[in-house]
Amino acid sequence: MEMLKESYPVAANDMTCAGDVAAKIKRRIKQLGVPAGVVRRVSVCTYEAEINLVIHSCGGRIDLEITEEHILVHVCDTGPGIRDIDKAMTEGWSTASSAVRAMGFGAGMGLPNMKRNADEFAITSEVGVGTDITMIFHI
Amino acid sequence: MPATYYHSVRLDKEKCVGCTTCLKRCPTEAIRIRNNRASIIHERCIDCGECIKVCASHAKVAVTDPLDAIKRFRYAIALPAPTLYAQFQGVHRPEPIIATLFKLGFDDVFEVARGAEIVSHAIRQALEEPDRPRPLISSACPAIVRLIQVCFPSLIEHIVDLVSPMEAAAKIAKEEFAQRHGVDIAEVGAFFLTPCPAKRTAVRAPIGQEKSYVDGVIAIKDIYPAMRALMDQGCTPPEMDRASTVGIKWAVPGGEAEAVGIKSALCVDGIDNVMNVLGAIEDARFRDLAYFEGLACVNGCLGGPLTVENSFVAKNRLRSVMNRTEQKTVVRRDVFDTAYQTLRLTREIEPKDGLQRGGTMRERIERAERIDRLTASLPGFNCGSCGSPTCLALAEDIERGSATELNCIFRLNDRIAALAAEMVTLRESTRFNTLKDTARLREMREELSRYDD
Ligand SMILES: Nc1ncnc2c1ncn2[C@@H]1O[C@H](COP(=O)(O)OP(=O)(O)O)[C@@H](O)[C@H]1O
Ligand SMILES: [Mg+2]
Repeated sequence: MEMLKESYPVAANDMTCAGDVAAKIKRRIKQLGVPAGVVRRVSVCTYEAEINLVIHSCGGRIDLEITEEHILVHVCDTGPGIRDIDKAMTEGWSTASSAVRAMGFGAGMGLPNMKRNADEFAITSEVGVGTDITMIFHI
Repeated sequence: MPATYYHSVRLDKEKCVGCTTCLKRCPTEAIRIRNNRASIIHERCIDCGECIKVCASHAKVAVTDPLDAIKRFRYAIALPAPTLYAQFQGVHRPEPIIATLFKLGFDDVFEVARGAEIVSHAIRQALEEPDRPRPLISSACPAIVRLIQVCFPSLIEHIVDLVSPMEAAAKIAKEEFAQRHGVDIAEVGAFFLTPCPAKRTAVRAPIGQEKSYVDGVIAIKDIYPAMRALMDQGCTPPEMDRASTVGIKWAVPGGEAEAVGIKSALCVDGIDNVMNVLGAIEDARFRDLAYFEGLACVNGCLGGPLTVENSFVAKNRLRSVMNRTEQKTVVRRDVFDTAYQTLRLTREIEPKDGLQRGGTMRERIERAERIDRLTASLPGFNCGSCGSPTCLALAEDIERGSATELNCIFRLNDRIAALAAEMVTLRESTRFNTLKDTARLREMREELSRYDD
């Protein structure tokens, strides 16, 4: 059962605020004395997830849930969805525009890194509807 | 004070006027103003010396050793930081500076820049090892190492597990001196001439080592007047192995990475900038970054709080010193070859979670929620008038029991206004009819007089 539940909206295309939500979540879990290694993995994953919401989605949100045993990060958006999840999960595969790449994003490592850093990782997506990612980190 | 929380940065209570300058500039929020005086939270202080730099009343001081301390040893070796070479107007070569140290009573001089050359070589070897986390983070700036312990514990494993050039210099200088002169090494003291208070702390409460090889730390600004008086441009020191530009440039931001010879390196100076980048490293935002050199002071060690010369001027002067210095390292082969083994840290660097309190996750969450509610009840101006650096910090202090909501000047105003309004109403409606009313009035008067301060 969750004991802390917070939800943070993330706007599409807003590069000025990109990273703010990940920073807030990091501050929160550091405040709660979550072990350093877990802080690190959650930080990597929420940062990548937030950037994906900004550069690939129509906007969405990141939910944080904390219990005695784990941290759950849930990321969802309102589209456009991912056509081929297997491809999206492949290292180096990216549909990022050249403008986005020029800003240093779009290396195609975000989703694979999330999967590697989370203890449990689940992704579902429907074209035209949205993408939904759940990551669990054991404390 | 427990040894783990030893600090060389202290407060001179007499001089402190209780302003909010240092409060707002402390990077780890380690300062509070209480009873009109600053106080330092030892668990959070990293000895960076930012407060020393900004305090107009000079109420923040660094405890270092006096020159007299060298008399405690039969033989004393001076370990000049390369920053020292940039302090003297009109002096553009290290030779007269080194010669002056002999005149001051030191029996030998070992340039810390030489230590830096040896450490550079060892870092290069560390970088070649597979399975090291990337980026490796330099251990040279002790304030940054402490910053990582307090604020970025997840990056501790990135810190390169080698001693600083100061330690390397002290170790080698003492061993060589004892051997050369056939004396007991216990009779040889090594004294670091420092631009930085965190170095004193690193000597008194070493990180990653049981004991420091350094026996005393003398502030450059303290030794400067005596050196200036004895300085003679024509003077040359006795024949000795000398540092090259490779080691001297460690004093300048980026010099360490250059000396190590690593291309994929990032150097950042200024503690706020360093915090920014460490946060990004935590998020794994830098791909392909092999080395990170973070320096707490703007302009690196040249900007240290215990220097004399303006750091921008010093930077130019050091460049001119380097133009007159040998470009290639001269270090004994065997010293180089064994450095990676002999200069390794022998102890784990531990996280220092500062003010973190334990309890179950439920308890910790409840605390966090209380802090959220308190923060929401504060004005959010982060003015610092309450004596805590931000409204959030005040909320945390209140939750911890070390402050009250009425520390907030806006909340106090509200409270006084409410009392005043209540008094007026009471007076008008009852004309002091009942005993109860007079008692309440007396109570309010007493409360108001408490705020009179
Ligand atoms: N929230 C999302 N909505 C739509 N597409 C996404 C989303 N997240 C990821 N993708 C798709 O998956 C690809 C791979 O994502 P990722 O591994 O993070 O790499 P990158 O973001 O560098 O392209 C993206 O290029 C994009 O096509
Ligand atoms: Mg991505």
